[in-house]
Amino acid sequence: MALPVPMLLAVQEMPVEISGADTAWLLVSTALVLLMTPALGFFYGGLVRSKNILNTLMMSFASLGVVGVAWALLGYSLAFAPGSAWIGGTDYALLSGVGLSGAPAASTVPHVLFMAFQGTFAIITAALISGAVVERMRFGPYLVFIGLWSLVVYAPIAHWVWGGGWLGSLGALDFAGGTVVHVNAGIAAVVAALVVGARQDYGRRALLPHNVTYALLGAGLLWFGWFGFNGGSALGATETAALAFVNTMLAPAATLVMWMILDSLRDRKITAVGAATGIVVGLVAVTPAAGFIGPVAAIVLGAVAALPSYFIILYRSRTRLDDSLDVFAAHGVGGAAGAVLTGVLAAEVWGGAAGPMDGNTGLILTQIIAILGAAAYSAVATLVLLKVLGVFMPLRRTVAEEGVGLDVVLHGEEGYAKGEGAVLVRP
Amino acid sequence: MKLIVAIIRPDKLSDVLEELYRAKVRGLTVSPVQGHGGELEKVETYRGMTVKMELQEKVRLEIGVSEAFVERTVKAILDAAQTGQVGDGKVFVLSVDNVHRIRTGEVDEQAVTPMSEGAAV
Repeated sequence: MALPVPMLLAVQEMPVEISGADTAWLLVSTALVLLMTPALGFFYGGLVRSKNILNTLMMSFASLGVVGVAWALLGYSLAFAPGSAWIGGTDYALLSGVGLSGAPAASTVPHVLFMAFQGTFAIITAALISGAVVERMRFGPYLVFIGLWSLVVYAPIAHWVWGGGWLGSLGALDFAGGTVVHVNAGIAAVVAALVVGARQDYGRRALLPHNVTYALLGAGLLWFGWFGFNGGSALGATETAALAFVNTMLAPAATLVMWMILDSLRDRKITAVGAATGIVVGLVAVTPAAGFIGPVAAIVLGAVAALPSYFIILYRSRTRLDDSLDVFAAHGVGGAAGAVLTGVLAAEVWGGAAGPMDGNTGLILTQIIAILGAAAYSAVATLVLLKVLGVFMPLRRTVAEEGVGLDVVLHGEEGYAKGEGAVLVRP
Repeated sequence: MKLIVAIIRPDKLSDVLEELYRAKVRGLTVSPVQGHGGELEKVETYRGMTVKMELQEKVRLEIGVSEAFVERTVKAILDAAQTGQVGDGKVFVLSVDNVHRIRTGEVDEQAVTPMSEGAAV
């Protein structure tokens, strides 16, 4: 059979140790994680006003494009190519050397697949930040921001932990991105909310979710996709993947139960927005721990992690900080709580990493160093990036346009157009 | 007594309600409507189809008031709903033949007088 020449060469280069099972699982996981970004769009979109639904959805969907391309061209190399303790090199820029043979970080799956799997993480991390600036930020600057942010902020921090950087060498545990994805995005969100500023009506009007059903739909799809996020981070169809998968089911379940208890104690009513939020917080919290702790520990982790996020959400809305969809409370605080609890609950018998119960009491401190290091870099780099961007392009539209709604003003569309009175200009 | 009908921008509704509340105007009806007030058409594009949206989303307020409340009600709406751009809307003040309060059967001025003041008379 005559194979096209490049294909033939690639097949010859492929070492025998590529595993069909590992590759199959990572293929599925990549698709699962990719779905999380549209799911996030619906989670966020349901929580904003109807006049901004398309803009909010597009902030997530656009990341699939902008960050997806930026990752392939440069981001992957800066995160995973051999480099210093601080940032990867440019060996894999433009995907050079990223072929069908085993990935250096995961030798049983094709390198190109590993790149794509990691790309889905960069995409959703950038999209997470949008929750802090919805209903007011201009779309052009947002696109430039997330594209550059994925290169300047996400890629280095991913390198620190997973690409052979200083946090990995220090022994910090971050199974699927509690620090790299969630602490990082949560801190960037606070900075973005401060630099872009509060919505015009924030603190003066009730800014209500326009479609709580979307928020629940999004939370459900996020949970589904998260099985790939955490289970896939085992980088193979292994026992660890099974553990991470099961923990991804149990920890958010416990967070959801705890969230409903807290809701009913506070107001005697269990809220749907609260349930959706609780699920996301549980998923965030188990992310750094998924492959390192036992299933009963995951239930403990999920339940405990509900507490700080729950109360910070209540507190935040009384402040002037318009982190509109509580990215900091859900992802920053949930991610940090999960990372610290990873340091408490990690057990050698489950995940192979020694925790305090195995005598490695220093792990908790290492985890805290990792959280603070990532948070500090994310805060400073995001601030500089947004301030510089703000010099070249205004980050917001006028007050009047914000009142009309960003769907019409920025996108020339309406999420719920009735079509009455619409006159065809060009068929 | 008069019936005040106001057509305003939807994003000004909260401001208007707040101003009416401050003016102690109670009892009103709000409905979402579509209309055209001479403003530039919005152009929207869906795939290859470009459309001019001739009708804009507006909100209609209907407020039945006693004579003493006419001026302050109109002023509250004008103050709160104005942006200075075309499309801010209109306020109509209409004469009313009869008003009946369904609950008590009161008619005319009594029927559009807020309960607290009515009780004082």
